[in-house]
Amino acid sequence: MLQLPLVVTAQVDLVLVLVSLLAFWTRLSRLSYPNAVVFDEVYYGQFVSLYMKRVFFIDDSGPPLGHMILAFGAYLGGFDGNFLWNRIGADYPSSVSVWSLRLLPALCGSLCVPLVYLLTLELNFSHLAALGAALLLLLENSLIVQSRFMLLESVLIFFVLLAFLSYLRFHNAPNSSWSRFSWLLLSGASCAAAVGVKYMGVFSYLLLLGVASLHTWNLIGDHTVSHLNVCVQCVCRFMCLVVVPVLLYVFWFYIHLGLLSHSGPHDQLMSSAFQASLQGGLSRITQGQPLEVAYGSQVTLRSSASQPIPCWLHSHRANYPVRYENGRGSSHQQQVTCYPFKDVNNWWIIKDPGKQKLVVGSPPQPVRHGDVIQLVHGMTSRFLNSHDVAAPMSPHAQEVSGYIDFNVSMAAQNLWRVHISNREAESDVWKTILSEVRLVHVNTSAVLKLSGVSLPDWGFRQLEVVAEKLFKGHSSVLGWTVEEHRYGTSQEQKEREAELHSPTHIDIDRKMSFWAKFLELQWKMLTVKQEDSEHKYSSSPLEWITMETNIAYWLHSSTNAQIHLIGNPVSWGVANLSLLAYQLLAAVYLVRRRRGIKDLPDAVWCRFSCLGCVCVGGWVVNFVPFLLMEKTLFLYHYLPALCYLYVLSPALLEHAHTHLLSSAIQRQALGVCVSAVLLTVFLSYRNFCPLTYGSPELSANQLQGLRWRETWDILYRHR
Amino acid sequence: MAKGESITQWNKSGDTSTLRNRKSFPTSAPNTPVSKGQSCPTGNDAQSSNGTSAQFSSRLSDRHMCTVLLVLVVGLSFSTRLYKITEPPHVCWDETHFGKMGSYYINRTFFFDVHPPLGKMLIGLAGYMTGYDGTFPFMKPGDKYEHHNYWGMRGFCAVLGSLLPIFAYLIVLELSRSETAALIAASLLIFDTGCITISQYILLDPILMFFIMAAVLSMVKFNQQVYRPFSASWWLWLVLTGVNLAGALGVKFVGLFVILLVGLNTVWDLWRLLGDLSLSLVDIAKHFLARVVGLILFPLFFYVTVFAIHFVVLNKSGPGDGFFSSAFQSRLIGNNLHNASMPEYLAYGSTITVKNLRIAGGYLHSHWHLYPEGVGARQQQVTAYLHKDYNNLWLVHRQNSNESQSPTPDLVRHGDIIRLEHKETTRNLHSHLHEAPLTKKHFQVTGYGNNGTGDANDLWQVEVCGGQKGDLVKVLRSKVRFLHRATGCVLYSSGKTLPKWGWEQVEVTCSPYLKETPSSQWNIEDHINPKLPNISLSVLKPHFLEILLESHIVMIRGNSGLKPKDNEMNSKPWHWPINYQGLRFSGVNETEYRVYLLGNPVLWWMNLASLGLYLIMVAVASVALQRGFSLSQKRKEHSHVLMRGGGLLLLGWLLHYAPFYTMGRVLYYHHYFPAMLFSSMLTGITLDILLKSADLLLRPPYSDWLQRAGQLVLLFTVLHSFYLFHPLSYGMTGPLAHEPGSSMAGLKWMDSWEF
Repeated sequence: MLQLPLVVTAQVDLVLVLVSLLAFWTRLSRLSYPNAVVFDEVYYGQFVSLYMKRVFFIDDSGPPLGHMILAFGAYLGGFDGNFLWNRIGADYPSSVSVWSLRLLPALCGSLCVPLVYLLTLELNFSHLAALGAALLLLLENSLIVQSRFMLLESVLIFFVLLAFLSYLRFHNAPNSSWSRFSWLLLSGASCAAAVGVKYMGVFSYLLLLGVASLHTWNLIGDHTVSHLNVCVQCVCRFMCLVVVPVLLYVFWFYIHLGLLSHSGPHDQLMSSAFQASLQGGLSRITQGQPLEVAYGSQVTLRSSASQPIPCWLHSHRANYPVRYENGRGSSHQQQVTCYPFKDVNNWWIIKDPGKQKLVVGSPPQPVRHGDVIQLVHGMTSRFLNSHDVAAPMSPHAQEVSGYIDFNVSMAAQNLWRVHISNREAESDVWKTILSEVRLVHVNTSAVLKLSGVSLPDWGFRQLEVVAEKLFKGHSSVLGWTVEEHRYGTSQEQKEREAELHSPTHIDIDRKMSFWAKFLELQWKMLTVKQEDSEHKYSSSPLEWITMETNIAYWLHSSTNAQIHLIGNPVSWGVANLSLLAYQLLAAVYLVRRRRGIKDLPDAVWCRFSCLGCVCVGGWVVNFVPFLLMEKTLFLYHYLPALCYLYVLSPALLEHAHTHLLSSAIQRQALGVCVSAVLLTVFLSYRNFCPLTYGSPELSANQLQGLRWRETWDILYRHR
Repeated sequence: MAKGESITQWNKSGDTSTLRNRKSFPTSAPNTPVSKGQSCPTGNDAQSSNGTSAQFSSRLSDRHMCTVLLVLVVGLSFSTRLYKITEPPHVCWDETHFGKMGSYYINRTFFFDVHPPLGKMLIGLAGYMTGYDGTFPFMKPGDKYEHHNYWGMRGFCAVLGSLLPIFAYLIVLELSRSETAALIAASLLIFDTGCITISQYILLDPILMFFIMAAVLSMVKFNQQVYRPFSASWWLWLVLTGVNLAGALGVKFVGLFVILLVGLNTVWDLWRLLGDLSLSLVDIAKHFLARVVGLILFPLFFYVTVFAIHFVVLNKSGPGDGFFSSAFQSRLIGNNLHNASMPEYLAYGSTITVKNLRIAGGYLHSHWHLYPEGVGARQQQVTAYLHKDYNNLWLVHRQNSNESQSPTPDLVRHGDIIRLEHKETTRNLHSHLHEAPLTKKHFQVTGYGNNGTGDANDLWQVEVCGGQKGDLVKVLRSKVRFLHRATGCVLYSSGKTLPKWGWEQVEVTCSPYLKETPSSQWNIEDHINPKLPNISLSVLKPHFLEILLESHIVMIRGNSGLKPKDNEMNSKPWHWPINYQGLRFSGVNETEYRVYLLGNPVLWWMNLASLGLYLIMVAVASVALQRGFSLSQKRKEHSHVLMRGGGLLLLGWLLHYAPFYTMGRVLYYHHYFPAMLFSSMLTGITLDILLKSADLLLRPPYSDWLQRAGQLVLLFTVLHSFYLFHPLSYGMTGPLAHEPGSSMAGLKWMDSWEF
């Protein structure tokens, strides 16, 4: 049957290829220079190292996909994680492949250029406009800087642009073809990736959802389409744009948790159960512990609160001072505190109030919700006690002490009722690690609580523990978990002390389901607040529009060679102008259309408003949220918003060219202006190149010449 | 009457869609959506049952019915709110603030509060009119009123609170043209224990809610005047809307949300007018200008007038002085800056106070206490303190401590190096390379040395902002910065509150970032130097607009400064709609008279459920319309009411609720009440339409029964739940709820409720 010659016809858009090559050249050349830690590489680098060592960490700055992409680059380059990321400007040793660390963000950054080109085409503008957009992006110094290092913005921008491009591909494809849903799927996946890289991606995702639901709404209103078809399409769209992204987002965490299986420095922020699921650390200790807490069990009790610092219920041979500094009296009984380190004094023995013995019977008699127990301190044999004496630092609460009978008619009040708060989820029996327990004081119905205040010197700066009557709501400061646990076997005090000093033993494996880990990790990531710090280069969102500030990324250790995050001021101006022009134009068009004057044919109007939805909308959702945020912000947060404006500018010019300018002379004038502007964009790009690539080194005078704004901070080295 | 008409109409529309076939005989009469002014709507289901009566008499009876219902609502509303108004006879909860502020107006003493003044002025006025003399101190909750006349203030708030259900009735009636819906909404508010409690005390909330509801009512009425533009009633409602908006904003800044609601409604309205091609551009301009005048200029004028009265009335120095700038304080009788005179230029040897220029920034302060161990060097604390105190006094010395003995002391100039000695403790203002207690990137500022002898770290360079070398430093008017000689940092007030060891005063640091911000600028407020001639400072007297602006900035700062404290359980916005936790108004233990602010849980949960229900119903209705299903006239009207009226109320609810999620300040349960009003009105519309749609399920006679039964069940639920929970508002004594024998036994459905 092979009668026809086998023919392959390929259409290659040479312009597209050319800008792509240029993009690769600007972003990828001399990638390993400077061979030193640049700006936030010092921040992301530590996580890359932890990935390489598969050590668990928690980072509140964003979901794990971004870190994983960086780590993947490091993995390809054979990075072993042995590098101390401690300061900006530290030289990389030869064993670290700097090129591969920076490769993936740089690739993403380069691919943004062709993406913008294609996006403009999908918005139904001409190749010339597309070329303009691509050139603006190509010659934007700040984007180049941000792409060339181990940073995440370029990755975020890449995924956001990809999401919009593929969605518009889907939308523009003929209604009949079902293959277009693969574009929709790609769009959903890129949305998930964008959100997975930085939380900021959420806003772009919401914008895309908004545009998509508008289109779907129009589809529903289209009476020529059958009911069944509409239903199927709606379901498909929902699956691709909502269900798939959510599942993928969870999947990033699945990989993340799968990779990070070892315990590490951030363990303590997590619950005991979570810690026990990590190799090393707590799981090494807790392996093989008996599960059910019984009378006679020896336990350490960890506070469920991770603020101010994770700690264990503790007591030691020191009494509360008779009088505090402010003259208030105390019971002068033994101190009970919360201590943030492992210590033999953290051990407590659970005792049945009705029996004398401190060993576990056979069979062990488990402690259940509602049971009344006494807690005996392992090393000093004092009973955990509370009474109507004001606590040392929080006078509104009751003091908790190890009971000493001073014969001052102060009877022991050492009965505690076990209240298991998560008994619905777990069981009525007090379980090691799994159960969160409140200890309710029987005499006063106060609850054992970590107040979080440090005691003064007499309390060795350990944390204060009190009993408080207010029994409202859920609060982690009231909860305690058994962390280390073994069945006590020695009745004699001496033997028991020896037993307490010996490490715990026996083994069973304890698993935590993925969903529980995911929810806990996500919740902790959203709620853990690192202290906001002022930064020398931080800026406020309104300063970004006019580029009031720059950020010094790197300075050579001996010369004036330096890298700054400075945008191309000309393109920046063009972007701002087009944003303003679009809004004015849109307002005029809208009002005139409302008055029944149609300046534009419907198809053109549709294209114009679609451009606004995507570009101006994209700018708004990527900029306005920052105005409401209270965290420390930097100029690079503006870059995603800026990219939208670079798509807007050429498209708007094309619109002006075809629909606003009538005479040939005006059009020629516009052409000349545009060329002139492009030329200045190029010149200013060239001008700032030394600060973008960090070479060649400039003299102090030349640097002074580049300081176009008073507020920019350019560094000079005095020799 | 209905049948004939509707059948002919059905025939006219001539439609055979599947949906139509399900309901064989539509029973309702066609409504006319055109406005009927203020008369009651005719022809809704409740009335059309007496079908044989003539049209005229039916309308007459409707009118009767309408009046009767309104009177019923008014009566119930007033009686529930005014019942036991004087109980308990002691200060409850925030009465301690607002009662006190009412008294300040009567005493004409200046104070500072984070809310605008109108609410407190009205409270003060009500007290004044009913014979309260402003002498009760309102020290703390629980204080007995004894012989003081407090009922007037409470009664005033309760009367405004009683108007809320009535407004709700009228609004829903206007939006839905259905008495059933209006009645449901009104009864939800009448029988809500939370609404009753919050209306019965001297608080800003009933006043605020009164203005909010009045604004919405006038707006809705104004919308109904659409076919009679520029008529008298049109103007009346427009102006009333404006007045109420200004009132709402004048009571609390929450009023901004209702302004937003009215603003959006107006924009939408104007947009509609713009699309009406029968109107000329001149007409549209007239409409636009009328709204600008009625909704912006007039309210603004009213609002500013309120402030003007506020400033005129409060002309005596009081507890609020320190929050304001030096210039502001010079207005107040009794303040030491009032008609004060002092040397004009800063000189060596003077005793001064130094005030930070951030709004509500404090005076540079030090005292006999050291920084605790572990917080920088163990030297004397230096803080910023908002109140006037002799510990705010500092002496200005030369670098080398020998004072010139000449009769006229030398003046301090820009660029001079000085030493500031704390008058009380004779320590010098000092800084060094230790980190500051809270702002870790700044340096610590301490008091160091003894009797004025310290070290090189005590030297500060004076810099007048915008000045040149040799410029003199003007008292009160110059902005001054103090640059530390040794480290190059600048004296800075971070605005963060120190922990207990610092007496919760404000941190003072030395910032290495030299940007000129108000935090690093100071002015010299008091200046005492007997060797120099004094000049009068009346030139300082600020302009009214400056005072207005400053007091707003101070209020906004104060609002965002209300951060939650650590040991307080704080309320989260998601707690509110589920009625998670109330507020204790009065009384804790068994013997006391306890009042607990908590919404009637049955009603609140009903509100929550019908929000969901509303969304579903609107989604179904709008998809049906968009898909072009042909619907009966009745259904179309229902979806119109759902989408227009319901949409407006939903927007109101969102605007009064969602912004709280973004607020950093401390939040309380009672912040939800304005949103709850909207939510209740929405429930009225939703449930009414849901019941009227019973004929989707059943054939006509049964569907009517179902509808009637539903209404009865609803009524019974509301009344019974009120009966169960009424002790929350009207006071409980005796054992607490978790013990048997209490009046609330068995009703503590959630652990978080504290009664």
